[in-house]
Amino acid sequence: MLMLSLGTLGAVLWRAEGPGALNGADWSAVRFTLGQAVLSSVLSVALAVPVARALARRRFRGRGLLITLLGAPFILPVIVAVLGLLAVFGRSGLISSMLAPLGLGPIDIYGLEGVVLAHVFFNLPLATRLVLQGWLAIPSEQFRLAAALNFTPRDVARTLEWPMLRSVLPGALLVIFLICMTSFAVALTLGGGPGATTVELAIYQAFRFEFDLGRAALLSLVQFGLSGVAALLAFAIAVPGVFGAGLDRPLTRWDRDSAVRRIMDGLWIVLAALFLIVPLGMVVLHGAAGLPHLPGTVYWAALRSLAVALGSAGLTLALALPMALAAVRLGGGRGAALQAAGTLSIAASPLVMGTGLFIMLFPLADPMRLALPVTALVNAAMSLPFALRALTPAVAEAEAGFGRLADSLGMTGMARLRLMLLPRLRRPLGFTLGLSAALSMGDLGVIALFADPGHATLPLQLYGLMGAYRMQDAAGAALLLLMLSLGLFWIFDRGGRAHADA
Amino acid sequence: MKVPFIAAGILCATMASAEPPVLTVYTYDSFVSDWGPGPQIEAAFEAQCGCDLQFVGAGDGAALLARLRLEGVRTKADVVLGLDTNLTAAAAETGLFARHGIADVAFDLPVGWDDEMFLPYDWGYFAFVYDKTRLATPPTSFQALADAPEDLKIVIQDPRSSTPGLGLLMWVKAAYGDRAPDIWAGLAPHILTVTKGWSEAYGMFLEGEADMVLSYTTSPAYHLIAEEDDTKAAAPFDEGHYLQIEVAGRIASSDQPELAQQFLDFMLSDGFQSVIPTTNWMYPAVTPAGGLPQGFETLIAPDTALVYSAGEAARVRDVALDEWRDALSR
Repeated sequence: MLMLSLGTLGAVLWRAEGPGALNGADWSAVRFTLGQAVLSSVLSVALAVPVARALARRRFRGRGLLITLLGAPFILPVIVAVLGLLAVFGRSGLISSMLAPLGLGPIDIYGLEGVVLAHVFFNLPLATRLVLQGWLAIPSEQFRLAAALNFTPRDVARTLEWPMLRSVLPGALLVIFLICMTSFAVALTLGGGPGATTVELAIYQAFRFEFDLGRAALLSLVQFGLSGVAALLAFAIAVPGVFGAGLDRPLTRWDRDSAVRRIMDGLWIVLAALFLIVPLGMVVLHGAAGLPHLPGTVYWAALRSLAVALGSAGLTLALALPMALAAVRLGGGRGAALQAAGTLSIAASPLVMGTGLFIMLFPLADPMRLALPVTALVNAAMSLPFALRALTPAVAEAEAGFGRLADSLGMTGMARLRLMLLPRLRRPLGFTLGLSAALSMGDLGVIALFADPGHATLPLQLYGLMGAYRMQDAAGAALLLLMLSLGLFWIFDRGGRAHADA
Repeated sequence: MKVPFIAAGILCATMASAEPPVLTVYTYDSFVSDWGPGPQIEAAFEAQCGCDLQFVGAGDGAALLARLRLEGVRTKADVVLGLDTNLTAAAAETGLFARHGIADVAFDLPVGWDDEMFLPYDWGYFAFVYDKTRLATPPTSFQALADAPEDLKIVIQDPRSSTPGLGLLMWVKAAYGDRAPDIWAGLAPHILTVTKGWSEAYGMFLEGEADMVLSYTTSPAYHLIAEEDDTKAAAPFDEGHYLQIEVAGRIASSDQPELAQQFLDFMLSDGFQSVIPTTNWMYPAVTPAGGLPQGFETLIAPDTALVYSAGEAARVRDVALDEWRDALSR
């Protein structure tokens, strides 16, 4: 994994004719990048807490569906999500046209607010899922005990929820901060101009516009350094949660409830659902007309994307599970360092990673033949941070609760994995597989240099259609992509949650 | 024991010679996509060359050049197709290209062509495209656009990541020279946003997000011919329009120099040129015998063609970029 993120960077540096230097424009890019990433991640996580709490303690029809849909914005290609957002928040979007009869509007979201809005749209669902995992990981016996002890809501928050949040939030914040760090197209399109230049765009410029590999590598190093500092901070703040073991009973809340809290929870759920689902609905509406008439090549592209997605999901698991086990076994500083290394792969610039891989592979093999495997591998690297976020706490929890029992039974190796760990990891495993498959499905990222248009993946095909003016076909392809990604996510996630009530 | 060995050797040799030679052409993605010119051109050239023509897509024009620089002399490319005059100076500097040796071609370009390494295959003018049903009187110059009411919004592409974006930068610089920063300052309030590539910008325009989008004078032809929609038009600007000329060249170290040369000859023939207008949506560099497709006569024909020569383009680029960034970051 370090090879992928730092090795590729090294390869680019090696090809560079000398180290580059940063200029004033680069520093303003650094400032903008940091500012928007901090704002976006704090806002995403702050909003995710009440939404996740509401989802954790309420049962309603369509809850499962809503939780699956929460995976959607995150996996859409940027261009599709941005057009969906603009259909709602744009100058001729839903809100502007509702305001027009009142003599108001059109609303203008371009600028920092647009960038943050889009990043929250992308990441609020992910944050909600991560925090929700934390809530569901509190054994239901604890809530029963709390009810038996006649805890007030404040007591529950203090003894159960706050410690859980302390262990979950720093990681969630970090992951989203890192995603926003490497943002480029979203920041530029909704940022309204060159003032919204991120470091990733500066890297792109150095590579493409100036072909200055030294500067590209240096900027990439800056991006890495900033991410590294963020990672250290997050892991320093995080405190592992200690909840003791439970019997995996379904979560039923016995603590006191009130009408006000019911209404507040309902409000949060409705607001979050509207914010996420209306733009997605616009994507569906736009695509519905084009979907039945898609050219056959789009379906071939979809098949290739499915293969890459499944390969990437498998690879993610093969990388993440041993890393999570090792991180928990090592514990302390070394465990945290291992997790940090795994998390940093997301801070690597996709462009630098792709270029580095290209420089390394080109003397050995035809890069085009390797396009699909390389895509799967890089997607797996990109999914690793989420996988670790989902798996490591669950492994730690299982080891803390049942490790001694397993030790006393002399359970080691495969038996320990199969009998003790895997049954407890079903939920995060399903989530990990689903998320990495769906993420890979929608990725365009690093493959530009490896891409072979004759064997294009679905997102690449989507851009091809747009480039050929075929916007309606492109909208249809986007809908197909959305359905396939969500389908994959749902199947794996569902598999992970089966028997959860047993 | 030797006999079967030799026989096997002969068999291998004959099998190898039965394989047609491969000509590898690097180009940009949209050229090779199922909806671009690639598939038809591949079929037409293979019918006459007895070879296997393989297109390799590498992003857009600038990414194509970056890839070539990464590969250096070990590149598998025999021909590179899809650079434009903003890139040819840097491309020539790589030392990878050979002279084409083709003279006396009657190009149908708005400007003369004199380049030993690169041959044009199509061209087009950059222009702002608008919807006639939503904008009755489009501005007639950059100055008029700057003076228009502030709610007239345009979407442009970033010159650092997009070919049309760079084209606009050169357009303003070629038209206004030292006054370019003032023009950009005047345009700034009208620029709704700057996108990474053409697709994002054009998609936003079609969704009604902006009144005009930076594209080509030929864009309305797509809507007219492929969609029978005549509501889109390009706004003619008094300053003239900047020209994009797309070119190809062959690689000096190619192991198929004859085939590569044959491809360059074919590129200027009707078999190639007649495919261009309705697949690449650009003007052919040599108008084919059948003329231009119906619908192209409705497009605007600028009186003044602005274009920097390859050397000048490389020289003014960085200054123009700084002016652009300063004016729009304010």
